[in-house]
Amino acid sequence: MAGSNKIKITPPRWLLAELTYKCPLQCPYCSNPLDYNQHNNEISTEDWKRVLSEARKMGAVQLGFSGGEPLTRPDLPELVKHARELGYYSNLITSGYGLTEEKILQLKEAGLDHIQVSIQASTQDLNDHIAGTESFQSKKEVARLVKKHGYPMVLCVVIHRENIHQMPEILAMAEELGADYVELANTQYYGWAHANRDLLMPTKEQYEAAEKIAQDFKEKVADKMKIYYVIPDFHEARPKACMNGWGTTFLTIAPDGMALPCHSARELPGLDCPNVTEHSISEIWNESKAFNFFRGTDWMKEPCGSCDEKEKDFGGCRCQAYLLTGDMYATDPVCHKSPENTVIQEAIASARASALSGDEKPLIFRNSKNSKKY
Amino acid sequence: MISRSKEAIMSINPDKIIQFSPLHRLQWEEAQQKDVILYPEGMVELNQSSAEILKMCDGTRALEQIVNDLEEKFSTTGLKNDIMAFLEVALQNGWIKQD
Repeated sequence: MAGSNKIKITPPRWLLAELTYKCPLQCPYCSNPLDYNQHNNEISTEDWKRVLSEARKMGAVQLGFSGGEPLTRPDLPELVKHARELGYYSNLITSGYGLTEEKILQLKEAGLDHIQVSIQASTQDLNDHIAGTESFQSKKEVARLVKKHGYPMVLCVVIHRENIHQMPEILAMAEELGADYVELANTQYYGWAHANRDLLMPTKEQYEAAEKIAQDFKEKVADKMKIYYVIPDFHEARPKACMNGWGTTFLTIAPDGMALPCHSARELPGLDCPNVTEHSISEIWNESKAFNFFRGTDWMKEPCGSCDEKEKDFGGCRCQAYLLTGDMYATDPVCHKSPENTVIQEAIASARASALSGDEKPLIFRNSKNSKKY
Repeated sequence: MISRSKEAIMSINPDKIIQFSPLHRLQWEEAQQKDVILYPEGMVELNQSSAEILKMCDGTRALEQIVNDLEEKFSTTGLKNDIMAFLEVALQNGWIKQD
């Protein structure tokens, strides 16, 4: 764990700026923490500008403006302009809700490079149900405007049991909207998605059918559209190479200024994640306890420690290990070599039973009322 | 996975102007001491020769002009095959385009 001086520290390349936890949508798979309502104080425009400047100086080049809904921050155009002046490639990761043509032009003028619009489903009823907000028509209109004004258009659809059957229609919609990229993000079970897992996780047969459809479509549209497929890791034999390795590439700053090695790391105990209002980005990246905690491989237990794939997947995800085994040093239980892989198989079986039972509990939507329960 | 048939269809037309994709950005990265291509949530690091070729794809030159200008710039000859091979890759990746 922390303190090994032998590890060569690489500079951050990716800065995820979670500007706010405010969001007009209530998606039940949101990756924000369940208790986000307790962290609702937001750092200032000047703090953000300093964060952007310092991280850029270290080598960060990809910048994601995310949230919550980043459009709810009135200083977004000012931050985009600052980012452009620094040479970042700026990505706006938005629900599209409330994004007017005027705002799209204003952000373009400020130097925004790309807008990723999320859509929840291919039909209005399901989209608006999952989003918890009537938003389907305005999202499609925003997607058209993004394209019209010369941005690369990325359509992001989070995939789960309620929409996985719409895969052909979702892909047809992406084609019709002229998306340059489609991100098919199988739900990752953290935060709200973890709380709703029995209701959201598709069966293995559903995954396989959907992946086949996506694969065929990918070949059909290869010269005009790129497809990013975020794998459903519960059904894999090996864990994902989470964050490309802890503290190697990704730096997330939460709305309250907390610096996180990944956007879920707030949940891990004893990391003492530093805050940008108290430390420089350089101190945070190079010297903080949190960013050094799982750097390298010295922290690993068995079976990771002696595994010949440890440099490939870095033991998987620390947050998933903690969430599912209670031990953040454990092998990600997704791995078939993990002695605790049974928790994954049990989760799959439990979701399957829920799918077949027909008397499912309602989804827990992400909103401040529900957040106060955590 | 890009299907083989699609790759065969996309190839450089020697008579047409080549321009860098408006959906990508070519930029020098001081921290990395190299040129990179930036696109939504991604980055490709370039070696020097690839970067030099892409900088010539500025919407004013077709293939022959690019070859001539690079051969002149580096006081050499016989670059055509290497340049052509790289431009095919660049086209397939969407980094450059021809109208």
